[in-house]
Amino acid sequence: MNSKTKRTLVALVEDRPGVLNRVSSLFRRRNFNIESIAVGHSEQPGLSRMTIVVDGATTAVEQVRKQLDKVIEVVKVIDISEEPIVARELALIKVHATSSTRSEIIEIVDIFRANIIDVAPGSLIVEVTGDEDKIESLYNLLRRFGVKELSRTGKIAMVRGAAGEINVEPEKPETEERPRRIRKAKTA
Amino acid sequence: MKRTGAQILCESLVKEGVEVIFGFPGGSVLPLYDTLPQYPQLRHILVRHEQGAAHAADGYARATGKVGVCLATSGPGACNLVTGIANAHLDSSPVIAITGQVARPFIGKDAFQEIDITGITVPITKHNYLVLKAEELATVVKEAFYIARTGRPGPVLIDIPRDVFVEEANFHYPEKVNISGFKTIVQGHPSQIKKAANLINESKKPVILAGRGVIISGAFPELKELAEKAQIPVITTLLGIGCFPEDHILSLGMIGMHGMAYANMAVCSADVLIAIGMRFDDRATGKVSGFAPHAQIIHIDIDPAEIGKNVRVDVPIVGDVKHVLRELNKQVVVQTHLDWIGQVEEWRRDHPAVVIRETDELLPQYVIRKIYEVTQGNAIIVTGVGQNQMWAAQHFWYNKPNTLISSGGLGTMGFELPAAIGAKVGKPDEAVWAVAGDGGFQMTIQELATAAQDNIAVKIAILNNGFLGMVRQWQELFYKKNYVATPLSNPDFVKVAEAYGIPGLRVTDKKLVIAAIQRAMEYNGPFLIDFVVEPEENIYPMVAPGCTLAEIIEAPWNKVKVHTGSQETSNL
Repeated sequence: MNSKTKRTLVALVEDRPGVLNRVSSLFRRRNFNIESIAVGHSEQPGLSRMTIVVDGATTAVEQVRKQLDKVIEVVKVIDISEEPIVARELALIKVHATSSTRSEIIEIVDIFRANIIDVAPGSLIVEVTGDEDKIESLYNLLRRFGVKELSRTGKIAMVRGAAGEINVEPEKPETEERPRRIRKAKTA
Repeated sequence: MKRTGAQILCESLVKEGVEVIFGFPGGSVLPLYDTLPQYPQLRHILVRHEQGAAHAADGYARATGKVGVCLATSGPGACNLVTGIANAHLDSSPVIAITGQVARPFIGKDAFQEIDITGITVPITKHNYLVLKAEELATVVKEAFYIARTGRPGPVLIDIPRDVFVEEANFHYPEKVNISGFKTIVQGHPSQIKKAANLINESKKPVILAGRGVIISGAFPELKELAEKAQIPVITTLLGIGCFPEDHILSLGMIGMHGMAYANMAVCSADVLIAIGMRFDDRATGKVSGFAPHAQIIHIDIDPAEIGKNVRVDVPIVGDVKHVLRELNKQVVVQTHLDWIGQVEEWRRDHPAVVIRETDELLPQYVIRKIYEVTQGNAIIVTGVGQNQMWAAQHFWYNKPNTLISSGGLGTMGFELPAAIGAKVGKPDEAVWAVAGDGGFQMTIQELATAAQDNIAVKIAILNNGFLGMVRQWQELFYKKNYVATPLSNPDFVKVAEAYGIPGLRVTDKKLVIAAIQRAMEYNGPFLIDFVVEPEENIYPMVAPGCTLAEIIEAPWNKVKVHTGSQETSNL
């Protein structure tokens, strides 16, 4: 998918069983092409925040937004693609490492300000946070060492400043910290 | 005072004004059935298949404008509701489906008659609930009815485990609902309405395309006012039939695949098209890229997701049709559009769509026309799907809302009898005719027993041509008369009816049609007439699939227009 055609939707949804099923069922049923979906608690009890990345080249984004809005448990949904946003994704990369390649990997990881969170005799687990390009670049650099596993969260995003359009209550001051938890497929 | 879940459910239904439940019992709902006699105001009508219950609730809802309720047990009972729920969903009909579920400890264990009905019905309900505590029941019922009837109506399913019916809880019926994710925009945006009014005021060739939203919203007088004030011809969708009097000089009847030729021509030539409470179904629009090619389109609908979904829209107005039209009517100026109306009248004269050809054979169109004449139009017509449906739409004049009840979106054969039963229960003083094909009728034929047991006086007209007629017509026109799987070897419908305790007549002679209809009307109870009609009669006019509305195939006995027969991808 061309990064220019990517659109980001953020939805505030009720934290109830079956909500993710309703949303994913809708995407499948309407033939919407979804690149990623990330769900986690929001700052408001009982509500979760969903970040959905849609390929605008193949999917009518406005239809996605309107159809999502019809799901009773979706409290609010906005398209933030045109807004100034902060977007981050987290990836864990388990990369093959020997005594001869380990130091080179660590060097690359350092340049990317990523972290090594597990060391085993034959491998390392790298944790990297950033936008999609950063994760792609690091992944491409590490591939030649042999990537054994890759796990990505999908993008989460927020509008900069005190926009707060997506909130039922006023938004708290902006931070660029990651939310406490990121869960996928929480309430399927 | 503590009440059981079953009592809470019944009390809540009573509070919502429910008079009738169409249902079928089974293991998971036994505690509820045990409780029902405590609430004599809730009349239970036993159907013979759960699909019939859902269609009956749907027919009841459409005839009365109230919410229809159906009830089934877990597993197969719930699954059998699915077609009926989907039918209500596609046609925006407010139906509450209550299903039993296995007891809570058994959920997820693949217990006997367990099925994930909330999972199954996600795409075909407006919303659904699995109630896991008796104390939640009252709130859920309140919300479910609110959601079902508010905004664009639709079905809501409530799944209740067996042990929740017997669990005790305090009953308090909430006054209000509080659903933060459910908003309905009722008032149209003033600047959009102004834009629409300007467009209408400047138009030379306007047409109104009105759908079921007009009926749901109760905007009958507002639509009439708009049409008369600015002299705009009114075309309806299949489900919009009845939202504007069909005997009105400005009425052009139905649009679409089997719409009136002159209605389709008007849409093709219009400079402004005012689409009201409709959703541009492909059977209505024909080939979408060639739809209303010269028109600026104003689209009024309460569901924002319908705007721009199928057809480009120049002036979208999200809101309740009645409210929007009231505002619009204030800003629309009085006009005559003499040239335009004259042109439309010329088309109407040159391309008559509802002419029945002279013949001694018994034609299905003739049967419909005679039902119209004998009932003087004072009847609710409930159709099946296929040729019978189109003839009923074309050859009966509907002058009041909710007088044609038909499965438009899903196209469910077998809808007619159970939906007619529902309509008759809701409107006992009206004549209700089920117009059936000999194919579809056998899909829900068992509901004859329902009509017989409760003496529900539906009148059934089978247009018996010995074929799955609509499919046969397509085979004739597009598959070189290769009649595969369409000829039917039918039972003797009159004997079948008699076996169910319902009197019936077979009519093969044109001269006996009127007498048979009169006899059915005079009989105090359900009555069946098997009209043995011309086997290979086709529906005209017709727009072939994949063609635009301009490419009309007219009846061979009328003037034939150009048909290009483009073979593009289409929704067959």
